Amino acid sequence: MKGLSVGRLGVEQMNDQNALGGRDGRGTRLVTPGAALGASEGRRIGHGILENDGQMIAVKLGRLIESDNEVSILPSHTRYTPRPGDLVIGVVEAVQSNLWFLDINAPFNALLPMSLGPGKAEFGGARNVLNVGYTVLCRIQEVDETHSSVVTMKGLGLRRIDSGIVEEIPPHLMQSLFASGDALKTLKDSSECRIILAENGRMWVNGTHTAMSDVISKLDQIRSMSRDISNLDSMVEVLQTEVQ
Amino acid sequence: MGGYGDVQMIDENGIRVDGRTAEGIRPVEISAGVIPVADGSAEVIWGGNHVIAAVYGPMEAHPRKIQKQDRAVLDVRYNMAPFSTTDRIRPGFNRRSREISKVTAEALDSVVLTELYPRSKIRVEIEVITAEAGTRCAGITAASVALADAGIPMTDLVISVASGKINGVVVCDLNKEEDNYGEADLPMGVCANSGDIVFLQMDGDLSQDEFQTAWDYNMGAIAPVHEIMIEALKRSNGGEQ
Repeated sequence: MKGLSVGRLGVEQMNDQNALGGRDGRGTRLVTPGAALGASEGRRIGHGILENDGQMIAVKLGRLIESDNEVSILPSHTRYTPRPGDLVIGVVEAVQSNLWFLDINAPFNALLPMSLGPGKAEFGGARNVLNVGYTVLCRIQEVDETHSSVVTMKGLGLRRIDSGIVEEIPPHLMQSLFASGDALKTLKDSSECRIILAENGRMWVNGTHTAMSDVISKLDQIRSMSRDISNLDSMVEVLQTEVQ
Repeated sequence: MGGYGDVQMIDENGIRVDGRTAEGIRPVEISAGVIPVADGSAEVIWGGNHVIAAVYGPMEAHPRKIQKQDRAVLDVRYNMAPFSTTDRIRPGFNRRSREISKVTAEALDSVVLTELYPRSKIRVEIEVITAEAGTRCAGITAASVALADAGIPMTDLVISVASGKINGVVVCDLNKEEDNYGEADLPMGVCANSGDIVFLQMDGDLSQDEFQTAWDYNMGAIAPVHEIMIEALKRSNGGEQ
């Protein structure tokens, strides 16, 4: 298992456009699980690669990135892996006397203890504050070695979401598409919607019905192109298209 | 596996009823990403078999009693549609589908890095739309492509092929008649790159030489199917630039 990680790529790596062979990923090679990638000697092993007897093996489907001395794979599809400090949008899946279980679009549900929840709730009264199906904006407080995460709603702007819609974006596109902030700013300006982009691949959109429909259709287009990272320029173009 | 020795299914020149040679396999078509709402999916048309596999997850494992503290659980469900065969199949699980679900999960468990997702579940749904012998092999192959398409970390792709014996002759990739009236059947699941065997069953009797021939035929069929799998994954993910 040496050298293997399932977390998302580092921000620096994702922003290094040269590593992708240009912003659109041209010049990169698509690799499938099990593909032999040569000797690992003298090379740093990054995301999606396993080292076995001095040989590198791809364990994920995606584009091979060779940057400086590091070799990694930009996956075509992946799940969100929580990290402390991430802003996430969660949906309450279950309630107990003193805590909530939230679906944060990760392989594991997150815990929201009553002490970190919104307002004042009494023991046994958690359901009166947040019930199953409620959507909340929260932040990852901690993640332990078994990937269990604890979220908090104590912080500026963290609250229950009771208006607008929540849309999903493939998590592997979050850094490459929205890291610079330009695409999100353009989307906000062109749609005149209030938008909050959470790091777990969920986006809260609130505005007029027409404006929200426009954002939904743009995100639909992005999802349809999301499998191929070389479509990055087209995705940015979709986001920058003015509302008709 | 009826074992009717008087039904001639291969001629004196070694040509089978559908025109294939002993080591020939049926035409194989694979597509990936056929179900947009799934995390990963694949469609395999292998001769007369039409199988669709979809992968969801990794996700929180429910009920909690199925959770493993140190790894993910592969929840595989193989199911044949009621209209998939000439005789209607009663919908729902039966002993055969449970057995195939179990062996498929064990075959895929050998290549999926389940230890990266403790306490979670990866759901694999395999639906046989049309059946024509070798559905478990087509199902394992489809599930393997769907897992890769879903971005699940795995050390290799698994390909499954079955060889068997008809009229005393070992042949590769049995069709419906050969499966019904043949004398033996040896399905195998093989890792495409490493050559590791992750699944092997045998029905009927094979001598040591016949077993070796069936083994060689199965291993020989892996490479062409692997090429088709890779092409399918590349097609659905943008391919080479």
